[in-house]
Amino acid sequence: MSHSVKHDGSIVARHVLPGFGLTMGATLLYLAVLILLPLAALLLKSAEVGPERFWQIVTSPRALASFQITLGAAALATAFNALYGLLMAWILVRYDFPGRRIVDALIDIPFALPTAVAGIALTALYAKNGWFGAVLEPAGIKVVYTIIGVAIAMAFTSAPFVIRTVQPVLEDIQPDVEESARTLGAYPFTVFRKVVFPAILPAYLTGNALGFARCLGEFGAIIFIAGNLPMKTEITALLIFIRLEEFDYPASASLAVVVLAAAFVTLLLTNLLQAWHLRYNGRA
Amino acid sequence: MAHRIPAAGAMPKLLIGLGLLLTLGFIATPIFVIFEQAFSKGLAFYLASVQDPDTIHAVLLTLATTVVVVPINIVFGIAAAWAIAKFQFSGKKLLLTLLELPFSISPIVAGVIYLLLYGSQGLFGGWLESYGIRLMFSWPAIVLVTLFVTSPFVARELIPLMQVQGNDPEEAAATLGASGWQIFRRVTLPAIRWALLYGAVLCTARAIGEFGAVSVVSGNIRGETNTLPLQVELLYHDYNAVGAFAAASLLTVIAVITLLLKAVLERYQR
Repeated sequence: MSHSVKHDGSIVARHVLPGFGLTMGATLLYLAVLILLPLAALLLKSAEVGPERFWQIVTSPRALASFQITLGAAALATAFNALYGLLMAWILVRYDFPGRRIVDALIDIPFALPTAVAGIALTALYAKNGWFGAVLEPAGIKVVYTIIGVAIAMAFTSAPFVIRTVQPVLEDIQPDVEESARTLGAYPFTVFRKVVFPAILPAYLTGNALGFARCLGEFGAIIFIAGNLPMKTEITALLIFIRLEEFDYPASASLAVVVLAAAFVTLLLTNLLQAWHLRYNGRA
Repeated sequence: MAHRIPAAGAMPKLLIGLGLLLTLGFIATPIFVIFEQAFSKGLAFYLASVQDPDTIHAVLLTLATTVVVVPINIVFGIAAAWAIAKFQFSGKKLLLTLLELPFSISPIVAGVIYLLLYGSQGLFGGWLESYGIRLMFSWPAIVLVTLFVTSPFVARELIPLMQVQGNDPEEAAATLGASGWQIFRRVTLPAIRWALLYGAVLCTARAIGEFGAVSVVSGNIRGETNTLPLQVELLYHDYNAVGAFAAASLLTVIAVITLLLKAVLERYQR
């Protein structure tokens, strides 16, 4: 690393390398025009709605039901991925088995597959006459057009987050600590709980927060399997879309502000977790 | 470095078995069901479905969008990574957060903010209309929201890598009198090419597959502003499920290619 660059408090006093003005200017221009300007439009448009009307929109029974469905299904999906993700990260990092590399590649399917494609595929799978639905429905578990379907679609699209955040941290844990604990007579589960889990906890929480945030915003994968019954399986993202189709822009803008605020809170939380994560690893 | 142990004993075997079962059933089965459904009325019906004029138009529109979006976001990603990784300045953390912001924003919200900016009831809508320009429900609108949702991919791959690599090679080249473009072309680019390609692959996959944001701003005009993911939805709601799965199978092939490229590029990066 170079230490010749001096800091003057705001920008660099002396650049050895060229191109700072050009690249920084281009970056700021792009961010201002493509990201900040549209976000400002949302804030201005929702401010035009007025506080009273805004409150009326976001506390209407249908909106409140959509928040409840979105948050409830996202919690279910995150709980599933917390267990599934930990299991996958563990077996992919710790064990050698035939086909390990293929399984590792399969984990990214939800990120690579377009959400609408995932949506119709999941619906076909879990429908009454589908591969899984044909087994689940006679057993009394109805997935399609229920909140379980919403949760399954959310869990699918956000599945890689926990695995991909925990994997690198797990790879870095020194095996000798675990081995000495084991030779001292600790049970494998005790070793995991006392040695491994505390070390991966910050990354684990970050992965879950990222997955949860993704669940809150998901649209394409959900709308096909949800059936979109108002008050029952209608997620907030869909309610925003329906209000747009009705040309009710104030309602869409107000609900979009709520979804955006939820995303910012989760982002802030994730950043705090990551700061903790870095401190934790720095100390280790 | 990780030490992998051969799976011996009951517990590891049980865990691996459970993990494989869940991954196959929960993650991989959707891929198989798409092809099973797409070919459920035979090959002839499949071929007729993918040659449907509206579907072909959707493929071309999706390609046109991707061809415009990906190069712009590659240039943006390189510029942002150069400014952030090679120089010290205050507010860097804020800039990084801003850069990743589109990943935290719901695709629907991404569409809504563009509609509120350029739509007829939007902030600039009236002003644009006075010049006879209608940006929403057209191809330019699709390009704009796709730029938005895919903007972080390249920068996010390059910044950590360029920060780790440091400035020494570039500074040596600068001291020897190389121009900025020469430094980038001869020193930086060879060191970041795999990460750059990796980011570009992820950006391309998302640009092709984006649904929610495009759905808001495209207006879903059949044979005009329908991208391939929107065409899938349209056919599905038209009770032409097999046609929808046939169109979806094209997107699935692209997704599988993306996964293969990703696996290969990850190995090159190490």
